Amino acid sequence: MNTQDAAINPRITPGPPDPVGPEVNPFADVDFCELERSLRRPRTLVDLLLSNLVSAMTMLALIPLFSVVLMLLWRGGQRLSLDVFTQLPPAPMEQGGGFGNAILGTLIMVALAALISIPLGILSAVYLAQSRPESPFAGAVRFGAKILTGFPSILAGVFAYGVLVLTFGGYSAIAGGVALSILMLPTIILTAEDAIRMVPAKMRDAAIGMGATPTQTTWMVLLPTAMPGILTGIMLAIARAAGETAPLLFTALFSNYWLFRGGFDLKQPTASLAVLIYNFAGMPFDNQVDLAWVAALVLVLLVLVTNLIGQAFSRRQIHE
Amino acid sequence: MRNTTNAEKLSKARIDTAQRSAKETASNGVVIDCNIDELYYSTFKAVRDTSIPVKKNRITAFIGPSGCGKSTVLRCLNRMNDLVRGFRFKGHVHFRGKDIYHPSVDATAVRRFIGMVFQQPNPFAMSIYNNVAFGLRLNSYKGPVAEKVEDALKRSALWDEVKDKLQKSGLSLSGGQQQRLCIARAIATEPEVLLMDEPCSALDPIATRRIEELMVELKTRYTIAIVTHNLQQAQRVADNTGFLYVDTSDGGRCGYLVEFGESGQIFNDPREQYTKDYIRGEFS
Amino acid sequence: MSDINQISRPPTHSQQVVDTAFRWLCCGFACLSVLMVALIMLEIAKDAVPAIRQYGPGFLAGTTWDPNTGQFGILPEIWGTLYTSFLALLIGTSFGVAAAIFLSEGFLAQAVFQILKAFGLQFHPVLGKLPDRAEVLLKNLIELLAAIPSVVYGLWGLFVIIPLIRPACNWLNLKLGWIPLFGTTLTGPGVLPAVIVLAIMILPTITAISRNALVSVPPKLRMAAYGMGATRWETILAVILPTAARGIAGAVILAFGRALGETMALAMLVGNANRISVSLFSPANTLAALLANNFPEAAKKDVGVLMYAALVLLAITLFVNIIGSIILQKASAGQEGGK
Repeated sequence: MNTQDAAINPRITPGPPDPVGPEVNPFADVDFCELERSLRRPRTLVDLLLSNLVSAMTMLALIPLFSVVLMLLWRGGQRLSLDVFTQLPPAPMEQGGGFGNAILGTLIMVALAALISIPLGILSAVYLAQSRPESPFAGAVRFGAKILTGFPSILAGVFAYGVLVLTFGGYSAIAGGVALSILMLPTIILTAEDAIRMVPAKMRDAAIGMGATPTQTTWMVLLPTAMPGILTGIMLAIARAAGETAPLLFTALFSNYWLFRGGFDLKQPTASLAVLIYNFAGMPFDNQVDLAWVAALVLVLLVLVTNLIGQAFSRRQIHE
Repeated sequence: MRNTTNAEKLSKARIDTAQRSAKETASNGVVIDCNIDELYYSTFKAVRDTSIPVKKNRITAFIGPSGCGKSTVLRCLNRMNDLVRGFRFKGHVHFRGKDIYHPSVDATAVRRFIGMVFQQPNPFAMSIYNNVAFGLRLNSYKGPVAEKVEDALKRSALWDEVKDKLQKSGLSLSGGQQQRLCIARAIATEPEVLLMDEPCSALDPIATRRIEELMVELKTRYTIAIVTHNLQQAQRVADNTGFLYVDTSDGGRCGYLVEFGESGQIFNDPREQYTKDYIRGEFS
Repeated sequence: MSDINQISRPPTHSQQVVDTAFRWLCCGFACLSVLMVALIMLEIAKDAVPAIRQYGPGFLAGTTWDPNTGQFGILPEIWGTLYTSFLALLIGTSFGVAAAIFLSEGFLAQAVFQILKAFGLQFHPVLGKLPDRAEVLLKNLIELLAAIPSVVYGLWGLFVIIPLIRPACNWLNLKLGWIPLFGTTLTGPGVLPAVIVLAIMILPTITAISRNALVSVPPKLRMAAYGMGATRWETILAVILPTAARGIAGAVILAFGRALGETMALAMLVGNANRISVSLFSPANTLAALLANNFPEAAKKDVGVLMYAALVLLAITLFVNIIGSIILQKASAGQEGGK
């Protein structure tokens, strides 16, 4: 602890009347015993209290995480077996069953969403990264993407409902995929733009200096070099989409049957893990509730693994 | 089958070269004729009255104090300045008699014939092999890529050091090796001219020596223009030297060519007072 | 020029065509992406028009929702949305900013270092890295909170939070029932469980953005404060937090936007009751939960009304999000200028 602060910082203790006065010895009224750290002084005590408060609050904030994980392992782990991956959802009062169709539905709809949003997102990012950062159009695209990130996911569902379900008269995996793709798009655009911008300018110059056209520069240098970062973004977007429920509630709805029952058809209601959890959680049957917990465990594992893969990619990114 | 076609191609190339050199003797062996009256970045006048002929199979060095615009002039020669917003200039740059700034000319095409090695070694984040093969792919080269890569690496004196690790990343090499890799990358496509923008400024003395030896070897096949602020380097390698200086008379910092000539003459018997002072080290 | 040698040649015609086409494609896709927001708004607005004509602004003030009689009003939902989000923001901000401070000011690294020092291991080749590792780990754990799907939080709230808080809530109602906040008993789903889960869900957003703002406070300011003898908390409160205030404000507003639009946890926990009450234990409803519950079995004629409600939600969240983004943009611009 420094004693001078008590003299200099007027907010803490009123200092000597005029520190620049000619004949004043600034240390005249300083008792050097004050150098010792003492909890009796309010500022030390407050410091300690606040530090402990902040530490406690941070730890408290982590309790839900551990609680969720433990509950998933405890309640979900009990019923986890091969059956849940292969069987269909049980009817009320029925025992056993699983949610194989929901896993398949989630995978298919996320793949569909990825198919739409990845090309759209990466090419938009290429455009953004090559235009000047301060150009108004690029700014508008970036702002739009940022707004879309904070967009309520249910509105993406409302949009897909209005465009696809109302128009083509039915709930479908396609409508679900479109709704999810809207949620994936901004994440992909923003992370891919960042990744492309992080490619060292000297590499771009080298390609241009050899006479590469802008397209060749993009495909042969920028995208390969930025690939780890772009993949990170894609993985994050997929993880987010896989866990989304709200946009699927009234676009893909739910189904108790396999998607490819009677031919592979994406234009029929489709089950997904997230909607299954929602539906089963509210049912008054223990079997369904148990299955909801197993489904939650599977979903969280799916999301976490995707996230971890994404983070593994991000470590391979090249910086300037 | 392929061998014969290659042999044919090679003999054709020789004939081409012969015809070309005939053409070039007529124009005094000047490959790039650069004439810059005024060069601006937005409203800032960076260079004026600079005219340098780059001669075939010679090393032409640009020397001068920092900020005199020597890199700017070099970057004009393959239109790298096009990337700088607000760049414009009055004058002309002729490459083999053709104006490269003519509206009908594609800048990317120009850069394929006039390669460039940059101040900072800038290999791509790919394998050594792919770095060198990059230019070949760019030009959709149909011939034997592996041979060309080996040839380029040999000519840039890097082959012995990397032949066992061609699939390793180009970024794993040391600074001097990276720069030689960049030279290999640039010469793999056999460009007409090689522009080098202070290629040794980021390297240690030993690596610098190697690059200098390399330049002297390479000039038998290529035409080289180099920017350097190391006078000894220019003296050691250059056949012709242009000295640029900064004119601050009208308040700006505008570079211009003070003197151009054979290196021997510039370094031993400069005509202009500024050149004398600079070479004697009276200012930097 | 193509006669010069055999390898270098100008870009072929097809390369040039591909180049031009690709650049236009990129531009077109970028346009499409930016139009996406507008497209969504237009689509929802278009479908809402009939309902807007029929019910007009009275829709916003009505308090009944009855498809059988055709009476629709969303005032309770608007109230519920704002009320739950506001409460969640109170909790989420205090914890989120505390965690951001904890993570950015090196509390944990220091604590671990002290522990290691007690054993004389602070420069151990492996254990010596522990302080920094611990901090990164904690940061990742907090971010992990954001990775858990909201429907899982809903499930967890339903089976863990509600049973956990119900005795305490009912005790409060018994003893302090005269305070409007505790005016009713908690029978099952209600405002408080929804708020708790919502707060957990927005906490990572607040922590991540606030931490960024705190970390990017120039070190020279910190040094200046320490150099004058300020204690750690005097430095944090008087120098660092004010400097990072804009970034934190942006974080809070973005989190508010998140909370307003959050659907699943609320649809599962808030109780879906069409009533306006300040009681923490009473069931309520929010706009997003209303949409989630009514859309799947909506009759064709009621879709317009739901679209109207969606439009209101869109307007509220868009407004909040735009404000938040602008504040964050200004904050980062200001900080760059300060460096």
